[in-house]
Amino acid sequence: MLVPLLAIFTYLVIKGVGSVNWAFLTQTPKPPGEAGGGMANGIVGTGLILAVASVIGVPLGIGSGIYLAEYGRNRFGDVIRFTADVLNGVPSIVVGITVYSLIVIRQKHFSAFSGGVALGIMMIPTVARATEEMLLMVPNVIREAAYGLGIPRWRTTLSITLRTASAGVITGCMLAFARVAGETAPLLFTAFGNQFWNLKLNQPTAALSLQVYTYAISPYDDWHKQAWAGSLILILLIVGAVAAVRITTSRGMMKGS
Amino acid sequence: MSDNVDPMNSPGPMERLPKPVTAMPTLAKVDAGRHGGKPGAALEKIRSSYPRSSRIPDEVFRWIIVLSAVSVFVIVLLVVWELVDKSRLSLHQFGLHFFYGHDWDPNNDSFGAMPFIYGTLVSSFLALLLAVPLSVGVAVYITEMCPQRLRAIISFLVELLAAIPSVIYGLWGIFVLAPLLRDYVEPFLAKTLGWTGLFTGPMYGLGMLAAGIILAIMVVPVIASITREVMTAVPQNQREAVLALGATRWEMIRMGVLRNARIGIVGGVILGLGRALGETMAVTMVIGNRPEVAKSLFAPGYTMASVIANEFTEATGDMYLSALVEIGLALFIVTLIVNALARLLVWSITGGTARPSA
Repeated sequence: MLVPLLAIFTYLVIKGVGSVNWAFLTQTPKPPGEAGGGMANGIVGTGLILAVASVIGVPLGIGSGIYLAEYGRNRFGDVIRFTADVLNGVPSIVVGITVYSLIVIRQKHFSAFSGGVALGIMMIPTVARATEEMLLMVPNVIREAAYGLGIPRWRTTLSITLRTASAGVITGCMLAFARVAGETAPLLFTAFGNQFWNLKLNQPTAALSLQVYTYAISPYDDWHKQAWAGSLILILLIVGAVAAVRITTSRGMMKGS
Repeated sequence: MSDNVDPMNSPGPMERLPKPVTAMPTLAKVDAGRHGGKPGAALEKIRSSYPRSSRIPDEVFRWIIVLSAVSVFVIVLLVVWELVDKSRLSLHQFGLHFFYGHDWDPNNDSFGAMPFIYGTLVSSFLALLLAVPLSVGVAVYITEMCPQRLRAIISFLVELLAAIPSVIYGLWGIFVLAPLLRDYVEPFLAKTLGWTGLFTGPMYGLGMLAAGIILAIMVVPVIASITREVMTAVPQNQREAVLALGATRWEMIRMGVLRNARIGIVGGVILGLGRALGETMAVTMVIGNRPEVAKSLFAPGYTMASVIANEFTEATGDMYLSALVEIGLALFIVTLIVNALARLLVWSITGGTARPSA
């Protein structure tokens, strides 16, 4: 069980650390054959795409989660719950095709925005189910106490129920974030990749995961090294997110409630 | 939510939150008990007696929430619609022949998806073959045998394994796993099991076997976490009853736990299958990408997801694109069925509280 995990991490660290340097973090890719260069544009691009994804995925996910927990104890809620599960199981590449035909074809060019939309869609079900589960754990007496004080329902839901469940909801969001951060398949035909700097939402954008893929299947040794370095950065980002979640939730436990 | 805190369960990150205080009868419950009506009816009555002006924000909020819930539904509809719409051309042209045709020839606009379907099925089943015993073993170890302290670490590691992006698995597969297979494992298999015909031919390292192994590693966390959940749902007294009859620990696990949890485990396995079928990047990087049906596991293959990944942006011509989208549609339908089946099985054990594993 632990063997593959350890193997992957050791290789990542051994091969990655050697290639991560200042240039890697600050420069754009060089043409094949030339040594040096980096993935700075990919790191920024991933950040850009993830920002768009979070703007779309988190509110919609939390909204649907609130619906499922607070209003959705009925037939229609079951339909939404099932649909969320379906969406969770849709292969990422299929999400990519959909966003391609919805946005990229209409706009006639690849863009960071469409990549963000694809990843945002993938975040929704995870966030929604986590929110629902956390809200259901909030005791009913707390809601009733709020109603008893004359607080309207929307205010109760937002400032009391959701606040009580916030640690869990944030955990859900971070897990969804970590899950899509390394996604490559849906970005292939939405964000597309870019060898240069791009900060515009409507232009093709580099992403760390895409660059790792392109470099890994390329025939150049230099690029292979860069692929390992890129993976190391990517995994640090994700493990950082997961570990942050672990730490915050366990601290929340210790504070006790 | 169950309110019996089972010391055998190691709480995952999502379950660590305050448990609901259910000892005190709530207004909703009292109301339900008194009138036999729907729980929460009393709340509705109280709320509807508020002055109208204070109900408007409530209504607005309600609509915002309903809209965001409906958006999930709309997104899935859009996915289905776009897939059907964009693949219409090839659906009309090839009909059912698309799924058993062997030739994939973009130059002549002749498309048959058989090699890809074959590749997807073989690599996924190979993955399950390797992953199922391993993940059930991990789950049994975590729930039944392992010391409390180690349990948290192991479940954290399994979670971590699930969080590694598939492109990194692919990278590792190309540069570590494939050479290992080529130099050591495949010659060994060819020598000992070559007579079966499954392990013959030139050894590239990259190929169906590599894809199966990579997929197995990726699927283990999915199956293990569901199996664990299902096994912790088996009541403690089942275990005690079997032990009291004089069973050994292994017999207890086999008869008391695994037998009770088997439907849920099957559900977890099917969920893993769903993940394996749709997996794209790692497989694309190690399977070799050659559209042919070969008996040998050493030979390169191609899967449905990876042909889309490789050829979609290069597809010139409407028929080519349409054929690729049709493969996407087929993939969507298969994963839909597989996932729905898995949910039903898992729910039948855990009573609908199992969270979807990311």
